[in-house]
Amino acid sequence: MSDHGAHGHDVEHDDVPAGEGKLFGLLAEYDTPGELVEAARKVRDAGYTDFDCYSPFPVHGIDEAMGIKRTILPLLIFGGGFTGLVGGIALQWYCNAYKWGWNISGKPTWSLPANIPIAFETTILISVLTAFFGMWALNKLPQVWHPFFRSERFGRVTDDAFLIGIESDDKRFDLEGTKKLLVDAGAIAVESCHKDPDLSKAVMPKWLLALIIASTAFALIPLAIAAKARNSKSSEPHYHIFPDMDFQPKFKSDQPNDLFADGRSNRGEIDGTIPRGSLNADDVFYRGLEGGDWTHGFPKAYPDGREFVIDDKLVKRGQNRFNIYCTPCHGYDGNGNGAVPQRVKLGGGLWAARNLVDPKADVIRMPNGQLFNTISNGYNTMMGYGAQIPQSDRWAIVIYVRALERAQNASLDDVPADQRTNMPGGTMGGGK
Amino acid sequence: MSTADIVTETHHDESGKAREAFRTVTNDVAWIAEAPKPHKAWLAVLGIALVMLGIGVYSIYTVIMTGIGVWGNSNTVCWAWDITNFVWWIGIGHAGTLISAVLYLTRQGWRTSINRAAEAMTIFAVMAAGLFPLLHTGRPWFAWWMLPVPNDMGSLWPQFRSPLMWDVFAVSTYLTTSVLFWFMGLVPDLATFRDRNAAKGNHLKAMIYGLFALGWRGSARQWHRYERAYLILAGLATPLVFSVHSVVSFDFATSQLPGWHTTIFPPYFVAGAIFSGFAMVLTLLIPLRYLFNLQHIIKQEHIHAMCKIILATGMMVGLAYGTEFFMAWYSGNPFEKFAFVSRAFGPFWWAYFAMVSCNVLIPQFFWSKWVRNNNKLIWVLCIFVNIGMWFERFVIIATSLARSFLPSAWSYYTPTRYDVGVFVGTIGLFLTFFMLFFRYLPVVAISEVKGVMPEAHAGKGHH
Repeated sequence: MSDHGAHGHDVEHDDVPAGEGKLFGLLAEYDTPGELVEAARKVRDAGYTDFDCYSPFPVHGIDEAMGIKRTILPLLIFGGGFTGLVGGIALQWYCNAYKWGWNISGKPTWSLPANIPIAFETTILISVLTAFFGMWALNKLPQVWHPFFRSERFGRVTDDAFLIGIESDDKRFDLEGTKKLLVDAGAIAVESCHKDPDLSKAVMPKWLLALIIASTAFALIPLAIAAKARNSKSSEPHYHIFPDMDFQPKFKSDQPNDLFADGRSNRGEIDGTIPRGSLNADDVFYRGLEGGDWTHGFPKAYPDGREFVIDDKLVKRGQNRFNIYCTPCHGYDGNGNGAVPQRVKLGGGLWAARNLVDPKADVIRMPNGQLFNTISNGYNTMMGYGAQIPQSDRWAIVIYVRALERAQNASLDDVPADQRTNMPGGTMGGGK
Repeated sequence: MSTADIVTETHHDESGKAREAFRTVTNDVAWIAEAPKPHKAWLAVLGIALVMLGIGVYSIYTVIMTGIGVWGNSNTVCWAWDITNFVWWIGIGHAGTLISAVLYLTRQGWRTSINRAAEAMTIFAVMAAGLFPLLHTGRPWFAWWMLPVPNDMGSLWPQFRSPLMWDVFAVSTYLTTSVLFWFMGLVPDLATFRDRNAAKGNHLKAMIYGLFALGWRGSARQWHRYERAYLILAGLATPLVFSVHSVVSFDFATSQLPGWHTTIFPPYFVAGAIFSGFAMVLTLLIPLRYLFNLQHIIKQEHIHAMCKIILATGMMVGLAYGTEFFMAWYSGNPFEKFAFVSRAFGPFWWAYFAMVSCNVLIPQFFWSKWVRNNNKLIWVLCIFVNIGMWFERFVIIATSLARSFLPSAWSYYTPTRYDVGVFVGTIGLFLTFFMLFFRYLPVVAISEVKGVMPEAHAGKGHH
């Protein structure tokens, strides 16, 4: 590599030649791969251990000649593959079966066949990573520098040279004796290799060190920004790299607006006006109020003038709307045990919806108007459904709830005499 | 310091001959990267590739910033060119792994001349392929949602039983494995480049190559572990390559759509992948071996072998086409029958006949030894095979979606300029990377070629 001291020196002197560092070892070149194998065998037979052969490609038979033990790499890779298999299955189980079970058409949350492809891929992936990184680790690579790299001859190992290198640390190393052994084994050339006398070359160049520190610091900047963002508050909106449809040329009701004197985007009603069709004069129909108090009756007429008739059709309509809007919490029979409270119970929660039909609770005693108002505007944790359900349907629901209360608390006397024989076992299904 | 302390006289006539043979191989490969000026044809191809890449960057920018509505698939043919291109590119990649892993396990010495270039082709093809599903998601900046990352959106985990998630894992494992396998093979040759540049005093180049050569010394103890790891990686890559295209075919096979819902898809897709991949290897290497004087390394007999593989896999693909039609009739399923009749005689009949003639008829030329010796003709035939395999993926996707169960869902697909632009862009990406690879990296696995030369056994039995 470096060309200082590229002059010949007398090998007869045992002391370190001028301009050279401590002796590192001997390098011997052989003509062919076959001769390299034979020489390696002789070096091993002579009892050397700190030696290695260097060749442009893996030479057949050299492992046996040098007495290289089989690497434990396959075992590591098996371990990696096993980890990948178990990890792959565990990951899928944790995500899809344990942490958040997916209910898809009632299929089981855990079904191994569908999880095999990914388990297979993770097995391969971790095996491959183990093979790759394990191989370099066992080979103690990357290693940027090695004393043999100072030899020009060693630079031909990756081209056409077949070398044996014996390090001076070996117990049996003796400059003359070892040299003789290598020559007798058929070497075409033998050279001694020294460490660099310039100790400053043994450390990393300063500019390289600075580059590494600078790039490491640079790489930490995004992490630092993320850490700062997580631990501080800001009134600014998120930084949008991809805008999606987050920003549209329009005013939202809570945004400032300099088009109007009051600076508001939200334009209220003009004083003394009522929007067309929003008079809502009928207190009973629109608000459930009669003379300032909750009504116990029902509206007399619809706003369009039709008479408000309580008939089978209206009760059925009420049932239909109730089943859509109310059953998720209150349940089909109104006892407060709908799908949502059941789910809460599964999760260990205590919340339940109000029982609408319990004779001891207060819903059953609420005036119709208050029931109507509760549907319209909500009550405690229940939100108002005024926005989703028109008034006529709200009244239909009120009527259906009244019917439910009656049905859930009915006795045999409520059943018409000619139907009583049709009751299973002669008793009521859910009544008392 | 680097002169020999002792130089002994040569002790037999054969001395130096083996070393000279090894040196020749090194020189024949390394000169491409060491030539002071690049070849004019290389510059021309790189220029064209960069223009195509530019078109691709513009198209991808438009697709991302405007949305995938700029593509022509905003009707019921919702998987169109993007998924066609994805499957096509992935398939092309498979030949590289097949050459590097399967032929290694079966001890096919001839693979050493082409495996490096074929592996590079695999990596660049998979990179091109990966772009398409990413863009197809519409908002690629949310692609990380496909990874099981703990998040603050409740317990939003990926659905691992979806074939699309299998794709994510299969393709990313495949890319990782291909890159690591390729890099591992490169290290000894990068060390060769490092040492050559160091000997010539090109310190900057020596340092850059040396950085990636990881300090490789070619020691027997290193080679021992290296060879073990290489063998095991080949053993792992072999089932992987078969799994990847099987998983890609599951995207179709596990759906309910007539024409997609068949069990023949995994083997059929894998055979097609190998078929198209070998055609792409030949498309790339036939001109490049001329340009860079590699005829004595990538020999005519290697081209023969690849032609025969194309012939064999082409007939497998042909058999699969026939089997599909037979099963459509034999199953008695009216929707399946209709799907296949409309595949051949429906609105996309032209694509179907392009596919059959390119994939089944064209490879039949390779029966002739005269054709297998005529490299210009082979190159043209391979281009047709590439086109035919693109049409195969297009036919499967477009004809099935354009004629699904309900006539109200029937439609026709016409690509827009952004469909074409993104596809052209991926060809540009692929060619750009491949050209850069060919100029700056060891294009032939130097150490592996040396290992299978007769001279590798020289000197055995002396003394």
